[in-house]
Amino acid sequence: MNRQTILIIVLGIIGILLPFIFPAYKLQISFLWILIVLALTWDIQGGQMGYNTFGNILFFGIGMYLCASIQVGMFFPLSEWTASGGEKTFVHEPDQFFQGFFVGILAAGLVPAIIAALIGYGILGLRGHYFAICTLGLGIAAGEIAGGIELIGAGQGMTVPPWPKGIGDTELRAEFFYFLSFILMVITFLFLKWAYQTRFGLILNAIRDNEDKAEAMGIPTMRYKIIGWVITAFFVGIAGGLMGNMVGYIEPVEVAFAGATLGVFMILMTILGGKGTLWGPVIGATVFHLFKEGFWTYFLGWQYVALGLLIVVIVVFFPEGLMGWIREKYPEKFGETVDEEDQKSSVEL
Amino acid sequence: MVFNKNFSCLMIGVAAVGFLAAAPANARVDGDTITLGAAVSLTGKYSTNGKHTKNGYNFAAERINKMGGVKVGGKSYKLKVKYYDDESNSSRAAQLAERLIKQDGVKYMLGPYSSGLTKAIAPVTEANKIPMVEANGASRSLFTKGYKYLFAVLSAANQYLEVAIDLAVEKNGGKPVRIAMAFEQDAFSQDVRLGILDAAKRTKSKIIIDDKLPKELNDMAATLAKVKATKPDVLVVSGHSKGALTAIRQISEMKVNVPMLAMTHCDASKLAKQHGKKAEYALCAAQWHKSLSYKDKFFGNGMQYDKEFNAAFGYAPPYQAAESSAALLVWKGAFERANSFSTEKVRDALAKTNMQTFYGNIKFNSAGANFAKPMVLFQVRCDGGKCANKVVAPTKWASTKLVHPIPKWSQR
Amino acid sequence: MDLLIFKAPILIVQASLDGILLGLLFALIAYGMALQWGVMNIINIAQGELVILGGYIAYTMYQLGIHPAFGIFVAPAIMYFLGWGLYKLVIYRVVDRDLFISILATFGISILTQQLMNFVFGADVVVAQSNFGTTLLFDDSVTIPNSKLFSAVISVVAAIAIILYMKKSKLGRAIRATAQNARAAKILGVDTEKVYAATFGLNAAICGIAGSLIAITFTLHPYVGLPYTIRSFMIVIIAGLGNLPGVALSGMGLGIFEEFADYILGTEFRIGAVFLLLVFILVYRRFKLSRKREYLE
Repeated sequence: MNRQTILIIVLGIIGILLPFIFPAYKLQISFLWILIVLALTWDIQGGQMGYNTFGNILFFGIGMYLCASIQVGMFFPLSEWTASGGEKTFVHEPDQFFQGFFVGILAAGLVPAIIAALIGYGILGLRGHYFAICTLGLGIAAGEIAGGIELIGAGQGMTVPPWPKGIGDTELRAEFFYFLSFILMVITFLFLKWAYQTRFGLILNAIRDNEDKAEAMGIPTMRYKIIGWVITAFFVGIAGGLMGNMVGYIEPVEVAFAGATLGVFMILMTILGGKGTLWGPVIGATVFHLFKEGFWTYFLGWQYVALGLLIVVIVVFFPEGLMGWIREKYPEKFGETVDEEDQKSSVEL
Repeated sequence: MVFNKNFSCLMIGVAAVGFLAAAPANARVDGDTITLGAAVSLTGKYSTNGKHTKNGYNFAAERINKMGGVKVGGKSYKLKVKYYDDESNSSRAAQLAERLIKQDGVKYMLGPYSSGLTKAIAPVTEANKIPMVEANGASRSLFTKGYKYLFAVLSAANQYLEVAIDLAVEKNGGKPVRIAMAFEQDAFSQDVRLGILDAAKRTKSKIIIDDKLPKELNDMAATLAKVKATKPDVLVVSGHSKGALTAIRQISEMKVNVPMLAMTHCDASKLAKQHGKKAEYALCAAQWHKSLSYKDKFFGNGMQYDKEFNAAFGYAPPYQAAESSAALLVWKGAFERANSFSTEKVRDALAKTNMQTFYGNIKFNSAGANFAKPMVLFQVRCDGGKCANKVVAPTKWASTKLVHPIPKWSQR
Repeated sequence: MDLLIFKAPILIVQASLDGILLGLLFALIAYGMALQWGVMNIINIAQGELVILGGYIAYTMYQLGIHPAFGIFVAPAIMYFLGWGLYKLVIYRVVDRDLFISILATFGISILTQQLMNFVFGADVVVAQSNFGTTLLFDDSVTIPNSKLFSAVISVVAAIAIILYMKKSKLGRAIRATAQNARAAKILGVDTEKVYAATFGLNAAICGIAGSLIAITFTLHPYVGLPYTIRSFMIVIIAGLGNLPGVALSGMGLGIFEEFADYILGTEFRIGAVFLLLVFILVYRRFKLSRKREYLE
């Protein structure tokens, strides 16, 4: 066992214990796990593959709407549920709730993955900022279109089935979603840790460093780009399904396709932590979440000023992120040897 | 990559300290202070009305405290409101509600501004069995979910403009009218729309234009061109402050002639002041108007509230501020009648509320909606260059007669 | 309802006119963005906020009793220096970096500006009255607000003035030279640092003009900048960089498309349709290029 494995195990145990140490913070920490998933998956494209996307929020929103719609639609007519003027109240029995939830979460992962596979060929053929802007358009269009569809509540938004009555209180609900989001985060992390060590990870990096050369060497780059996007879509979709249930109310452009908030935050968190590294997104998301929640408490009304400044400072002074900064300071901790002679000679140049 | 222990310990330490630092513990009743929690929009697209809401809360809390506070168990307590900024974002609002309840230990909630955000918060307060008195969430769907801990001092959104349709039908000799409507894509405006749909069905009126305006949209030219081409009897527009101001600007510029123009948020957007004569004859739905004859011992009557609010904040209170103030009066009443701080007892006391405030009578039905208070319709009327909102319905308070149909632009 | 536009053909005229007038105003903002993008390789997310800030300058004049239309002279003057200052403070640090870094940095500036505007000008939605009246065409069936007409005309005039300035003046030539090849320009004695600052200021000034026009045609609020940014993005993308007539054309085309999408698909899908169009255009161009084994970059 090397140190990293120990660290992962220690952090894992802490993750399991956290809801019991800080019971009041369960939901907030659950959001942190979701943020980490978003940052980790953004890094597949943005960090490892060199494709800066604004569009991951598309899968997030689809996952969220799909999960909620299935949870409701499996047992009740969806249109009556979302019709705001409806006089009926529908109550989910506990087993209905859990059946619906698990089918919903599954679909929330699979369907975005399929969509990513279908549109990937067209979109991933774009490069540079054209790719960024195309994905931005996708995210915004999705939000606007979702806001026009009556079946899922249109601009009214839709509510997610509430936690069924009669099985435990809100603490149980918070624990349920805490551990689900924690497990999702752990699986995403371990999966990516493994994936980056395989040929797949190397190919992603090759695409980032020089796509044309990679292609010339006979690597079917498009196939790998699509696979990368499918992985992203899968995890982000599940995260969306979970988030929808945790928030309880889905609004098209604020909760589901929240490009202006979450869509940008996932990028910021990754850059803050250091893109192209495995731990960067984790650290970035944690620090960002802490900062942000702190701003809300202490800078009421000023939190946007503080956040804006923070963003500017991050990208201007730490474009390589915290990990990059640490790496530069303590390269030996990363198993990198510094050639003193080489360093000297480069200085003298 | 190999980490050293110091570094990982540092990270964990930072995380732990951060989480602790992020929330100072606040008991619900601390010494002689009762803390109410509220997430309001200080930033984002609802910041105009979020400000009205916050001012309304503060104004009433201050007044109650000055006049002896809340008496529970023979002791006098001061009211304090703990605010967070929900950024006009429903996801944020829900998280902040959770935070107020779980981390700050708030046991009594006030509502945010707008139906959408209230809809986002209500499931949280309900799940935690925390009573919430809200003053700015009018969506009917709030009252059909069987919520037990939600109390709204305002009338449901679908009632906003139903009266206007009835008036139009009445003026049309009882015959059905043709309705054109444009509503923003948000929970509140869409609920007003449902009300119009009901009213149209009831009066057998026909809806000829039914546009839903995207939230970012600030150009209604296309909708108004359709209105011009189809010549409806009534044009209904709702879209918070931005919608009201955009509508009047473009209606006047495009010379759209409609016999009746019904809107919401006329006073919150200071329509009469900002657009002057261009806004004349617009018919507006409001929860409250200063000329109503309700009374209470804290603010006197509406006129007095208007004057004192104006002195304190430098602008005339729109109904969003008045209803927010009323929410605190409801809380005070409930605490004193419950004579306890138990959330269950206070909830029961809230449910039995039956009082008159300067804002109107307040009595909740089983769903938590206030059914003791009618909506008010006023029309913007100008006298020379000065324009003001004059109540036209209900007739009990009407200070002027409804002008119908609206004179054509060529004659104004 | 969706067939209304075909039942009343006069609406086609109205929709096209509305679209063109709207499009020209957006094209002006897009022009500023294209300039900056082309010269400095920076995508400015704060573009919309600069526009709104310009609008607030005009609104402040209106509050002081001056006709807001004069904002088209005052706002650009103030905004030029603001832009200059912003460059010296932040932007110069990100100019040579990855494009994405500049996107994020300007995003930070944009939310900062929003909040500061909220503090300074208040959270109310405001309008400035121009009282320009209305032009009626075809027996009152087509209406054109003169304020929109004014905006479109000023947009065109401003764009032409800037184009002439770029062609004739020394600084304009320096800017163009830097856009073509910053290194070569530097070697030939162009102070590129100054050119960059001037370009950023010029863009802010353009936003100032556009903002004053928006103050008299639409509404102002601290948080409504983003749609302007995104719209100008699209116009530039569709037109391509360094293609000025293209910017005007794609601005008008987009305006018309949006109006027609409103009539045909319904108002609720109007913005969604515009963004789907963007995606389709990009993907279409990508497939066309990929036949030649080229790609959009």
